[in-house]
Amino acid sequence: MYLLKLSLQVSHVMGAIKTQSPLPRTFSRGIQTVTLIPGDGIGPEISTAVMKIFEAAKAPIQWEERNVTAIKGPGGRWMIPPEAKESMNKNKIGLKGPLKTPIAAGHPSMNLLLRKTFDLYANVRPCVSIEGYKTPYTDVDLVTIRENTEGEYSGIEHLIVDGVVQSIKLITEEASRRIAEYAFEYARNNQRTSVTAVHKANIMRMSDGLFLRKCREVAENYKDVKFTEMYLDTVCLNMVQDPSHFDVLVMPNLYGDILSDLCAGLIGGLGVTPSGNIGANGVAIFESVHGTAPDIAGKDLANPTALLLSAVMMLRHMGLHGYAKKIETACFDTIRDEKVLTKDLGGNAKCSEFTADICRRVQDMD
Amino acid sequence: MKIFEAAKAPIQWEERNVTAIKGPGGRWMIPPEAKESMNKNKIGLKGPLKTPIAAGHPSMNLLLRKTFDLYANVRPCVSIEGYKTPYTDVDLVTIRENTEGEYSGIEHLIVDGVVQSIKLITEEASRRIAEYAFEYARNNQRTSVTAVHKANIMRMSDGLFLRKCREVAENYKDVKFTEMYLDTVCLNMVQDPSHFDVLVMPNLYGDILSDLCAGLIGGLGVTPSGNIGANGVAIFESVHGTAPDIAGKDLANPTALLLSAVMMLRHMGLHGYAKKIETACFDTIRDEKVLTKDLGGNAKCSEFTADICRRVQDMD
Repeated sequence: MYLLKLSLQVSHVMGAIKTQSPLPRTFSRGIQTVTLIPGDGIGPEISTAVMKIFEAAKAPIQWEERNVTAIKGPGGRWMIPPEAKESMNKNKIGLKGPLKTPIAAGHPSMNLLLRKTFDLYANVRPCVSIEGYKTPYTDVDLVTIRENTEGEYSGIEHLIVDGVVQSIKLITEEASRRIAEYAFEYARNNQRTSVTAVHKANIMRMSDGLFLRKCREVAENYKDVKFTEMYLDTVCLNMVQDPSHFDVLVMPNLYGDILSDLCAGLIGGLGVTPSGNIGANGVAIFESVHGTAPDIAGKDLANPTALLLSAVMMLRHMGLHGYAKKIETACFDTIRDEKVLTKDLGGNAKCSEFTADICRRVQDMD
Repeated sequence: MKIFEAAKAPIQWEERNVTAIKGPGGRWMIPPEAKESMNKNKIGLKGPLKTPIAAGHPSMNLLLRKTFDLYANVRPCVSIEGYKTPYTDVDLVTIRENTEGEYSGIEHLIVDGVVQSIKLITEEASRRIAEYAFEYARNNQRTSVTAVHKANIMRMSDGLFLRKCREVAENYKDVKFTEMYLDTVCLNMVQDPSHFDVLVMPNLYGDILSDLCAGLIGGLGVTPSGNIGANGVAIFESVHGTAPDIAGKDLANPTALLLSAVMMLRHMGLHGYAKKIETACFDTIRDEKVLTKDLGGNAKCSEFTADICRRVQDMD
């Protein structure tokens, strides 16, 4: 039964290859419904930008907007609104803008709630150098795949005695195997050459050792993908000297948190980095990982690139490679041209102008 | 040693070997002559040690750390003119708590397929490393100390670490104190490292960041390092490997060990000699005429060394 589920999950990732297994929720005209969570702050305006660009590209996507602000369910437990949950479970695919972090709101982080509700176990960030947006690096082309359910972020901490605290890092065979499987499938389906397991098993012999062992086992079933292992500190040391050596990187939670941000920095920061969260049961939520930028919200100043590239990632996940390429190319061309850039990219164009430029290019491609 | 001699530095060397031996009771320990020497002199300079595979004894570095309670690992990372990297203006110091945290080595198999690893943070160790960081900042004319943490996720452990840093900061109003999440530090570090000054953090984060920063200035071949222990002990060391493939062939680059020795001189208050030797080393590299292979040249180790010696002597 698990193998059947896995093959269904894989079929989403398989890209252009037509599968025999039924894709959920494909309407007769071929238009797929995607749950859209605009988010807070600049969320609504960058979501609008993405929708405009998708429309210009005539992408077969229709959007179902939902709000995910936590509500208290029966029994007093915090949960995401039932309409949002239903929509996500029905559509399977979601696009999400930034959510504001609640301070003293009583409820936990929305991102955490989403993660637990849909068992979003893999956080995937492709980092590719963007021509026209200058950073000290020009040839970054890697993907960080982070295990997002356990590890150092289990949240299990204890006060042992006064002044002595312990924090527990949990590594399980199941979660390790699952993330390793995802990494190799991703590599295979996206024509990546190698998968590197990032760890500190020399120090954390049992926990990282278990993680590494599962990676090695899974690697055996993917002989077409090269498998290597590297210490986290060595990865960091080498990454900042020559990131071109890296391809797909798979690792436990904390290391993934660090490396995914490090790599985002290499290509220019969170404003241009796409991100996807893969869950069980075929659910996948793509999102921009920057903040809500309340200081510029509503002023038509935001840069929609991160959300747009996440939406492009989403299109590829759904097998819509043609549309993905079209929109991505238009976006990169606009940036490379350097004529219409938002402030954070070094220009002084409005969000709507930047969006319009991309729309124009997309339409010109037809 | 040649360069120190050329500089007429007031240092005499007492060579010791630290290969582990089994003491009475079967416990592994460093040779008593080495321990005695270290405790007497307080200051040490150390080259790379090979990692024993199936030698039966634990890592020598671990043994040294435990023997002398080397609680602070300090790495100043400064961009070296003449040794090109994507960054030109790095000038920061990572101060890593080196006794506890994620590297406590306490792990358990809970049930089949479920393993736990324990990260330990104590008030005492956190206070001690914070104190060292602020003292270092004050004594080396650094502007700020930034505590690096993930207390938003690890509320109790990193929270305790952060609290102690804040408390210690109260006694060092002349030094600016800030806090930053580890992931944010990494994100910003690779975009603009010039914003960073002194960074203090728990063990694992320090392991990662110190290597990241070494990468920014060109790698372990040019990065100095110092370990500060209790009772005034301090051991300075190069952190690269033993490079067995080029050993004995006069091809090695002594820069990392030399800069660690310079760090040592500063620690001992011998700032004049430190400046002289460091300047000579940087001048040789900037000149780009006599460089070892790893620095992009084809000079021998002895030629590189001789060039630095010459410059040092010319300064007098």
